[in-house]
Amino acid sequence: MNLLLLFISAAIVNNFVLTYFLGICPFVGVSKRVSSAVSMGMAVMFVMTITAAVTWLIYHLLLVPYHIEILEYVSFILVIASLVQLVEMFIKKVSKPLYDTLGIFLPLITTNCAILGLALFSVLREYSFIESLVFGIGAGAGFTLALVIMAGIREELELSNIPKPFRGAGITMIVAGSLALAFMGFAGLISM
Amino acid sequence: MEINTLIIAIASMGGLGLLFSAGLSLAEKKFYVEEDPRIEKIINELPGANCGGCGYPGCAKFADVIVAGEAEINGCPVSDDEARKAIGEILGVDVESGEKQIARLMCQGGNYETAKKAEYAGIKSCLGASIFGGGEKMCEYSCLGFGECVEACTFDAMYMSDNGLPVIIDDNCTGCGKCAEVCPQDIIEMHPESHKLFVFCKNLDGAKTARKVCIKACIACGICVRNVEDGQMMMENNLAIVNYDTFGKEANLPTDKCPTDCLAVIGPPVVDKPAEKVEA
Repeated sequence: MNLLLLFISAAIVNNFVLTYFLGICPFVGVSKRVSSAVSMGMAVMFVMTITAAVTWLIYHLLLVPYHIEILEYVSFILVIASLVQLVEMFIKKVSKPLYDTLGIFLPLITTNCAILGLALFSVLREYSFIESLVFGIGAGAGFTLALVIMAGIREELELSNIPKPFRGAGITMIVAGSLALAFMGFAGLISM
Repeated sequence: MEINTLIIAIASMGGLGLLFSAGLSLAEKKFYVEEDPRIEKIINELPGANCGGCGYPGCAKFADVIVAGEAEINGCPVSDDEARKAIGEILGVDVESGEKQIARLMCQGGNYETAKKAEYAGIKSCLGASIFGGGEKMCEYSCLGFGECVEACTFDAMYMSDNGLPVIIDDNCTGCGKCAEVCPQDIIEMHPESHKLFVFCKNLDGAKTARKVCIKACIACGICVRNVEDGQMMMENNLAIVNYDTFGKEANLPTDKCPTDCLAVIGPPVVDKPAEKVEA
């Protein structure tokens, strides 16, 4: 399968946030500023890529040969949790203000269904190692894209006169829905 | 289910867990961030409102700065004496208690007292109004009535009265000073609780103009200054000023001689009874 098509599919056509509606928590929670959205996107992309690689290895080199595929969920979550801990430590060391800005959403990447979804998809669709890796990078890129678009829109919205009942969560949900509708325009471009 | 599968499952998951925890502990050594344990303890003693009243972005930052010795423990206006003593204990220093500050609005020019000079159709914010020609009211020193101070208050200690003036709830006010900071007209002042006498006006115009713009303006008639002892009150730039070093700390001072009622003792009289909390 063409790797480039796979990348575009994961990033745009079948965007994890706007098409599959996975990972909505940081999508709404960290998208107030473009800078924090970019940082969050980078963190998630890192976790997704390494997760894609490591979970593929664990599934095909450990779980399948010993017929313990049933431990798929347990081992995947183990991998994701450890990776997120690593990312947390790294960010805390490199940039404490960034760490403070991301706040609780950084450890929440562990429970982000987009990451587990990524791992489970690549098992389901029987990707090879390289395909899995590209899928992970593409998914991370798509997640970052969705987050940054949302952040850009929300930053502009801060200066507008939004009707009282819609302020805060209301307008955010409406914008998210409009974005999802927009991305539906890509549907069927690459079917997988 | 075979016992074999069970053993393999436990062994492999356990092995994976051990492997990852080993990796993580190595990583922690490499990414170790030196942090004074006192900072964590102090953060627990601070109120945690992140109001910025201390001048630093958040309680965690303030705790950092206290331990570094760059700020006084008294710098947090929100924490009570108990919290301050606890912080002092953690650092090993003695703390004396400071006096609580309360926000006071130095203006009585609501919709009833002043008239509008024009209909303001710009952005409905105090800063916006003050940039564009000083707002709607005739007095250019007055409260603009768009409630940026009410929005800035994180302790629910302010609300907008029907008369278009912010009202401060003394009990909830913690003296963080955010309202005073955001007011573009600089008419909210932080005063210690002991200050009781106030001139609720900031109008610097002469008598004729002041009279025209607001029925409660200070017209600089000088009656108050003449009726107290030397130095207790002054007249500067057509505005009466209380000298709080020597005066103004009792609640039973004679204020009946003031012709416009701008000289008063704590809390100016509210013309309308405030209805429910009006969001600005």
